Amino acid sequence: MPLSDHLPNSGRHGSRIEFDRVSRVYSGADHAAVSDVILTIEPGRFVVLLGPSGCGKTTLLKMVNRLIEPTSGTIRIDGEDIRQMNAATLRRRIGYVIQQTGLFPHMRIEENIAVVPRLLGWPKESISQRVDELLDLIGLPHAYRRRYPAQLSGGEQQRVGLARALAVDPSMMLMDEPFGALDAITRLRLQDELLAIHRQLGQTILFVTHDIDEAIRLADEIVVLRAGQVIQHGSPLDIVTAPADDFVRDLVGGGEALRRLSLIDAGSALNRNGNVRNEGLPAVTSDANLRTVLNLLLQTGTQKVTVTDENGAPVGTLGIPDIWSAGLERGTES
Amino acid sequence: MSFGYLRNNWSRVLDLTIEHIELSALALLVGLLVAIPLTILIVSNTGLRLPLLMGLSAIYTIPSLAFLAFLIPSLGLGRDPAVVVLAAYAQLALVRNFSAGLRGVDAQILEAADGVGMTKTQSFLRVRLPLALPVLIAGLRIATVSTISLATVTAWINAGGLGSLLFDGIARDNPSMILAGTVAIAALALTADLLFRGMEYLTPGARVQRIGRGRTA
Ligand SMILES: Nc1ncnc2c1ncn2[C@@H]1O[C@H](COP(=O)(O)OP(=O)(O)O)[C@@H](O)[C@H]1O
Ligand SMILES: [Mg+2]
Repeated sequence: MPLSDHLPNSGRHGSRIEFDRVSRVYSGADHAAVSDVILTIEPGRFVVLLGPSGCGKTTLLKMVNRLIEPTSGTIRIDGEDIRQMNAATLRRRIGYVIQQTGLFPHMRIEENIAVVPRLLGWPKESISQRVDELLDLIGLPHAYRRRYPAQLSGGEQQRVGLARALAVDPSMMLMDEPFGALDAITRLRLQDELLAIHRQLGQTILFVTHDIDEAIRLADEIVVLRAGQVIQHGSPLDIVTAPADDFVRDLVGGGEALRRLSLIDAGSALNRNGNVRNEGLPAVTSDANLRTVLNLLLQTGTQKVTVTDENGAPVGTLGIPDIWSAGLERGTES
Repeated sequence: MSFGYLRNNWSRVLDLTIEHIELSALALLVGLLVAIPLTILIVSNTGLRLPLLMGLSAIYTIPSLAFLAFLIPSLGLGRDPAVVVLAAYAQLALVRNFSAGLRGVDAQILEAADGVGMTKTQSFLRVRLPLALPVLIAGLRIATVSTISLATVTAWINAGGLGSLLFDGIARDNPSMILAGTVAIAALALTADLLFRGMEYLTPGARVQRIGRGRTA
């Protein structure tokens, strides 16, 4: 049996997740941890749940794979009420990644990655082939197969956690502050790789963080939570430029203007007039964001950069005034 | 004192050693059959843990000779009452260590086992049990060593084993016989201890701890 037969989601889109007036009250608590949440996550979207510690992000996330049951309300995946499904069967269909990796310390890396395929009874050869594929996907050498989690760095362990969650190519992933314990550089790299994986596989991702910068880097949509309620749901640009209230404004916080720049790509702010051939200027591709460009200008001390298409052909130039006006325009748009 | 008895009667000492092993093994087997359900009970109902362990400690404080004498009216003499007493004494070491081992497994790892879609049985057999195994084997080791040494006393009610050498030696004022019994019991207990320590060392859980301390797998 070819490996692809075990990966029913291959080439398909992600799942739709619907929260229909979902609440959860912990016994003994005086208010709901999650309160009356109505939210639809469209297939294939990368959605970040954002909010301060204790606002109910984890509770909301764990209700999707039934590690926590709602007190009231209904959660549907692709239209089907998850209470109608067997919990273990449901969880095998959902990739789940948590902060401290949750790797099984007594299992080798290959066993950790193969946990779900084993539970599903895949034949040995398919499992072995899949483990190799996944190690390639997350950028770890095949030699790591025989190691134990404790023999890997924190970042490597988190990659293995990601590989385990991706093993059966699930149509959705739940990720609870997966990069929260990593150093800044490793975190950035893993964020980029996660984005690349999402672009390639197109599953629905529900990602929890309390870090606004991480949310902006990753999200197609951000859902801001406070005290168990959805305060705002929109694109990162919406959240940054049009915060729904003071709470969101505070959350978005100080570096707002710079964050706005990081949401605009060089291509759209381009000054297309004039002399494109400008030798000696530093070059960026048109999908680089303005924050990166600004950084580059400050570092190199030049007035302008050349913007190129993905093949390296110059399409225009970009200087501080262009960046400034682009930031202003976007800021007053809404 | 001399090793004269051991030299001249080594085949009797060997027979008694085998008898001693049989008695201890039987007592441990019965002990396990009781300890395992008790452990499962208090791991799933944590409120019962303290009362049960206190009860088992209370049993442990009963003097062994009194306990044996107490059983003579109902079970008579011989191996049966000895097995009951030894199995009862073993409960404390077994249940305390078994429950500590199972409860000691990181809750986050157990939640990860649920999260990937393991059933309760799969999570127990594939995650909880292997991670608790070093502590479980340690419990078994402690229970075994103490059972081997306690099984000496039960010779007093004709349960056989190496204790006979001690009681006979005292009765006949034969120090060489007492020495032979003592040496054999000590050797047996030490062997059991080493055997279980070896098993502990080989468990995946112990290997993980060695890796954690920076040694290789
Ligand atoms: N198992 C639990 N029992 C009781 N209260 C809980 C439990 N888990 C979380 N809570 C409470 O529910 C609220 C939301 O928690 P959580 O979902 O973990 O928030 P977040 O992930 O945003 O930090 C908090 O007030 C927390 O104290
Ligand atoms: Mg949380």
